[in-house]
Amino acid sequence: MTTVFISADMASVALGADALADAFARAGCTVVRTGSRGLFAIEPLVEVQEGEARIGYGRVGPDDVAAILSGDHPRRLGPVDALPFFARQQRFTFARCGINDPLDMAAYAASGGWRGLEAARAMAPQAVVDAVKASGLRGRGGAGFPTGIKWQTVLDARPAEKFVVCNADEGDSGTFADRMLMEGDPYCLIEGMAIAAHAVGAGHGYVYIRSEYPFAIRAMQGAIERSASLLAPFTLEVRVGAGAYVCGEETALLDSIEGKRGQVRAKPPLPAIEGLFGQPTVINNVLSLAAVPFILSEGAEAYAAVGLGRSRGTMPVQLAGNIRNGGLFEIGFGISLGELVETVGGGTASGRPVRAVQVGGPLGAYIPPSMFDLPFDYESFAAAGALIGHAGITVFDDTVDMAQMARFAMEFCAVESCGKCTPCRIGSTRGVETIDRIIAGGRGGDRVEALPQMRNAKARQKIVEQEIALLRDLCDTMKYGSLCALGGFTPYPVLSALDHFPEDFGAPAMPAAAE
Amino acid sequence: MTMERREPVEAVVARLLAAQGERRGALLPLLHDLQEELGFVGEETVAAVAHAMNLSRAEVHGVVSFYHDFRKAPAGRHVVKYCRAESCRSRGGVAIETALADRLRVAMGETRADGQVTLEPVYCLGLCAIGPNALVDGAPVARIDGAAAIERIAATVAA
Repeated sequence: MTTVFISADMASVALGADALADAFARAGCTVVRTGSRGLFAIEPLVEVQEGEARIGYGRVGPDDVAAILSGDHPRRLGPVDALPFFARQQRFTFARCGINDPLDMAAYAASGGWRGLEAARAMAPQAVVDAVKASGLRGRGGAGFPTGIKWQTVLDARPAEKFVVCNADEGDSGTFADRMLMEGDPYCLIEGMAIAAHAVGAGHGYVYIRSEYPFAIRAMQGAIERSASLLAPFTLEVRVGAGAYVCGEETALLDSIEGKRGQVRAKPPLPAIEGLFGQPTVINNVLSLAAVPFILSEGAEAYAAVGLGRSRGTMPVQLAGNIRNGGLFEIGFGISLGELVETVGGGTASGRPVRAVQVGGPLGAYIPPSMFDLPFDYESFAAAGALIGHAGITVFDDTVDMAQMARFAMEFCAVESCGKCTPCRIGSTRGVETIDRIIAGGRGGDRVEALPQMRNAKARQKIVEQEIALLRDLCDTMKYGSLCALGGFTPYPVLSALDHFPEDFGAPAMPAAAE
Repeated sequence: MTMERREPVEAVVARLLAAQGERRGALLPLLHDLQEELGFVGEETVAAVAHAMNLSRAEVHGVVSFYHDFRKAPAGRHVVKYCRAESCRSRGGVAIETALADRLRVAMGETRADGQVTLEPVYCLGLCAIGPNALVDGAPVARIDGAAAIERIAATVAA
């Protein structure tokens, strides 16, 4: 009987993978549902087992089943691993994603699973923390804070009750690595959390997943149930978000788990000292925790051996938006942005020239192609006034109106603001209004001002240049006055759009704002 | 549409709260379960939850109103959650949103007068390389790139 592999990833299902799987099952094949390999341009994808090899057929549907099984379908791709998109990658974290049945415990163990946890449990907690420090792993959620130092703080904390929390509230547009990992290799994340629990002495853990990810929620719940006996005495639980973007901010997330409004807490105290239910808490992104099993099983040196400068290891880069080869591309830090977009990504899906890319989600800067030689690492991006964030790259072609994108950034901040601090809550709404006036060509007098009775009132007209100055001033207030990254980083897309694409705002080119 | 009135809201709350067991911070999971069972979290439910959990109604209302997921009123028979975020915009999402709303005859964020369909915004479904995307009655739909894809959604919600 022929065995075929078809992804059950949410993206694959959205493209018709379920119907394809049904068709192969009806044709008498053994169908193994896997996670996604990560190249969506070739999905729906089926891989047919031929001896040791898995031969891929891309962008196929139920009607193609007979031709595929006869072996002479025109969209035969050969072994999927050998495609250029995959051959170049350094898959440390996503090694198993797209290959195994995500919930198959035996397959996980057979492909190197649980070796990191076994190694960690044979070590003293301090030694585990030291290994994570030595690996150079930094928080993959966006802030890039060294993971080992965070763990050290929790390990050193006195209280007996400690928690491990996984931030899986991946709300940034252009990012899907957390989702793919939870759906495609959930045990990897669980193993990382169990290692963290051993390292800091935590008894219970939470995975906070956004409600927009129903497939990931199911996969994690299933995997936690199946692996519970291996993790004991450590216990894990899934918590589901409720559509609030700001809960991706770590302190808002903790409040949400506690059953409150997901509002940001002022720091200090740091969550590592007073976190969930007031207890010391390790809170890390999915990708940070999922990198840990590799570090413990292969050694910190193996992880730190790749990368650039202070950015060690690999980053699962997500190529998104208007891009030909969209998907997940895991590689060591240091590759240039242009190489990611043009060479790996193949330029835009529309075939038009790239005008801008937004790196790091809705709070990331827009970058023009003239800066494509920027190496992908935390420091280089920060120096260029940008962030790598969660490493999502959203590509836009030359039809994009950057003033509208800047307006959307402010609008999104207004919709999602938790309301706790004024610069974000009110500044975002004022920002939308200001950008609207810029787009309209400045502020004319309103109807009341035009009334004859108002002849002595002060004129309120403003030209575009004044409105832009006002917008820059507002961005400054938001950047330095907001409690968290939502209000604090919304100026990145706004100001970068303004600085790099002033023509879209009806303004003459202006020198970059002083930082 | 007439539906047989099931158990009173207070009883539903008591039953679902008991199912939470000793779980800490049970309010959010409880509200999810209530919306799943009742279709929305109305004022009556808020009062019952407050009473059952020994919280003030203001506290419960504060939580319910904070999160976009919780509805104050029942949704239409079909729910289309359409993504508005950057990656879908980069693939023509704004024009598709207008066309979809026109075809479904309902404005974004509204339920059609006949109660057949609710169109809601969602900010990212994590399918960012194959947009524009939507969740149609919970099922993901990608590459909504033209009239044919919109017709398929319209056919689903017409049923």
